[in-house]
Amino acid sequence: MTTEILLAGFGGQGVLFAGKILAYCGLMDSKELSWLPSYGPEMRGGTANCSVCISDEPIGSPLVLTPDLLIAMNQPSFDKFINAVKPGGKVFIDSTLIDASECTRDDIEVFAIPSTQLADENELKGGSNIILLGKLIKETGLFTLETMKKTIEKVVPPTKAQLIANNFRAIELGMNS
Amino acid sequence: MERNLMKGNEALAEAAIRAGCKCFFGYPITPQTELAAYMAKRMNKAGGVFLQAESEIAAINMVLGAASTGVRAMTSSSSPGVSLKAEGISYIAGSDLPAVIINVQRGGPGLGGIQPSQADYWQATKAVGHGDFHLLVFAPSSVQEMVDMVIKAFDTADKYRMPAMILADGLLGQMMEPVSFPEITANNVDKSSWAADGHKNSREHHIINSLYLQPDKLEKSVKERFERYETIKATETDAELYLTEDCDILLTAYGATARVVKSAVNAAREQGIKAGMLRPKTLWPFPVKELNEACKTASCILDVEMSMGQMVDDVKLAINCSKPVHFYGRTGGVIPTPAEVLEEIKKYGGAK
Amino acid sequence: MAVVFERPKALADIPTHYCPGCTHGIVHRILCEVIDEMGIEGDTVGVCPVGCSVMAYDYFNCDMIEAPHGRAPAVATGVKRTNPDKFVFTYQGDGDLAAIGTCETVHSATRGENIVVIFINNTIYGMTGGQMAPTTLPGQVTQTTPFGRDPKLAGYPVRVCEMLSTLTGTALAQRVAVDSVAHVREAKKAIRKAFENQKAGRGFSIVEVLSTCPTNWGLTPVEAIKRLQDEMIPYYPLGVYKDITADEEGNK
Repeated sequence: MTTEILLAGFGGQGVLFAGKILAYCGLMDSKELSWLPSYGPEMRGGTANCSVCISDEPIGSPLVLTPDLLIAMNQPSFDKFINAVKPGGKVFIDSTLIDASECTRDDIEVFAIPSTQLADENELKGGSNIILLGKLIKETGLFTLETMKKTIEKVVPPTKAQLIANNFRAIELGMNS
Repeated sequence: MERNLMKGNEALAEAAIRAGCKCFFGYPITPQTELAAYMAKRMNKAGGVFLQAESEIAAINMVLGAASTGVRAMTSSSSPGVSLKAEGISYIAGSDLPAVIINVQRGGPGLGGIQPSQADYWQATKAVGHGDFHLLVFAPSSVQEMVDMVIKAFDTADKYRMPAMILADGLLGQMMEPVSFPEITANNVDKSSWAADGHKNSREHHIINSLYLQPDKLEKSVKERFERYETIKATETDAELYLTEDCDILLTAYGATARVVKSAVNAAREQGIKAGMLRPKTLWPFPVKELNEACKTASCILDVEMSMGQMVDDVKLAINCSKPVHFYGRTGGVIPTPAEVLEEIKKYGGAK
Repeated sequence: MAVVFERPKALADIPTHYCPGCTHGIVHRILCEVIDEMGIEGDTVGVCPVGCSVMAYDYFNCDMIEAPHGRAPAVATGVKRTNPDKFVFTYQGDGDLAAIGTCETVHSATRGENIVVIFINNTIYGMTGGQMAPTTLPGQVTQTTPFGRDPKLAGYPVRVCEMLSTLTGTALAQRVAVDSVAHVREAKKAIRKAFENQKAGRGFSIVEVLSTCPTNWGLTPVEAIKRLQDEMIPYYPLGVYKDITADEEGNK
């Protein structure tokens, strides 16, 4: 089975980094995986997105067009991709920045987390992306908390130990929200 | 073997260093720039040379200079930059020098776009520069294959004293996948019979040259090269055959497009359509024998590319137009979807 | 019997294809004398241009590479960067170095590539039969300036040494001529200095040699030498335009 994930938001919100964490989790769990960023001028402050596939079999096309899971971090991304989500899919949105009230789909589950607000309140500026990842693993069981913690220890340079602790807190905030 | 998570562009660079590439000369261009950036970080530490050249033209000629001395040399670029390298590649081929050139293709013509494309197939396999000559052209379809093929490209280029190209695209260059680096046994081809690295007063001087003003001498040198090409065509072709044993419709695709096609073939099989795929791993030499083997049971072929149809010519030639060959392509940086390809499969192969 | 004059060892014992009265032969000879005197032939790699000296790879006994038109400094960069212990020189004409190859020339100079560039300036394209060069003098008649070079239409000549002397990476920029015994001696000294610079790792050294092209100028060899003296030297003054060793000595 292949899980297709799309992460989208403004450049600078850590969309690509969040996707990388999911990809690394796949590596940790000995899964097949792919990570494909959008690239080009939009990297410089416009909208950014990345496709992540996690599977037990080799990945075919790495480009996710109809995600099983969507993380949307701004309104344009939500509006653009919400109708592409597969029936039965799960959507994780930053409700501080996204108004989902006009979404009419009843064949998907939408988890609205005020992740930017939560990050600010807990002095985790820029941690909104990781909070959403925490929620994602809790609701999907795609990866365990342990796998994700191991991943963060691997991808965050040891010189930035404080960041590791902050990311752990962000994941737990997401899981408990 | 340890699995690393790397971008295709970075994996190309790391594989080259591990394969004994001693110098990299390049010029920034999207979507291959990570390769040069990786080289800048790693090459000097690995005891090699990284130099950002003033142009693509200078970069390929630096490769020519380094390769002339017997050193493993590489440059990389994306489509418009490869056009600029065309002159130097022709000289490298005419001087019988081994070197590796990477093309992480983007849309064209002209400045084109920066999204993935396969519109440089003709350039790579038919006319990368002036004159009668060929490049070895490898077409990876995954980040792991980018690693394996860079190593293979250096070895094969050395073996036949000719330039080799990795024809990738922006999708493969930008994506991350797990990748393992094989143990590399030093492949030290003896280049002392021709390398221009100073004769130390112990041999005749060596001349690296592509100029032959006497037509009969030039013809002789070209013919000798083409004899080598015949050996290569007989021994160096490579292709992946996927579900071809019983296929009613055979799809042909290379590189990133083959991943999309494989997904579509799987979907077709689920719907009871006997689809199969042949994926050339070498574009020159083209896997003629493998293609004829793969399409034995098929009533037609569907070629899929990120171009307006370039490899499709070689597919038709390879089977002498003995079966209908259909084409589906997207271009300009648009990536075909498995669903689009499935529709095409149904159109030509599902009418039973 | 004492030998008082012989062919330099680094110069191959074969007839050249150069026209009668052409000064390439003189420059080849003094370059080879320098290679002999420094004892570096076995550690030298030369790079030829496209132009009249395209086949110079047959005349020099060191290892040689034939570069695409204008790209010799890039080819030399590739050789030198991967073989820093070797002596690397390019031998280029005015079309090769100052027209099609200007980019490679300027950038190898500004990078301070530790190479020697021998630049033959004869104000004309010789190999292709006498067309305008970037160094063709105002008023000079060539196949492509049949009424004389009009700077309004064809622009002005490039003064290469002056231009390159503005670059920090240039160690030596010197213009010499081979029109007289005294000047030939001066030219050889400049080439020696350029190679000594490379030995000391000082960076980019260019020796511009004002040369003649009797065939395409339509002059006898003697008349050609006179033209070099009367018309070229006033426009392209001889001398040292940059020499970082002179600065070093001045600071002592």
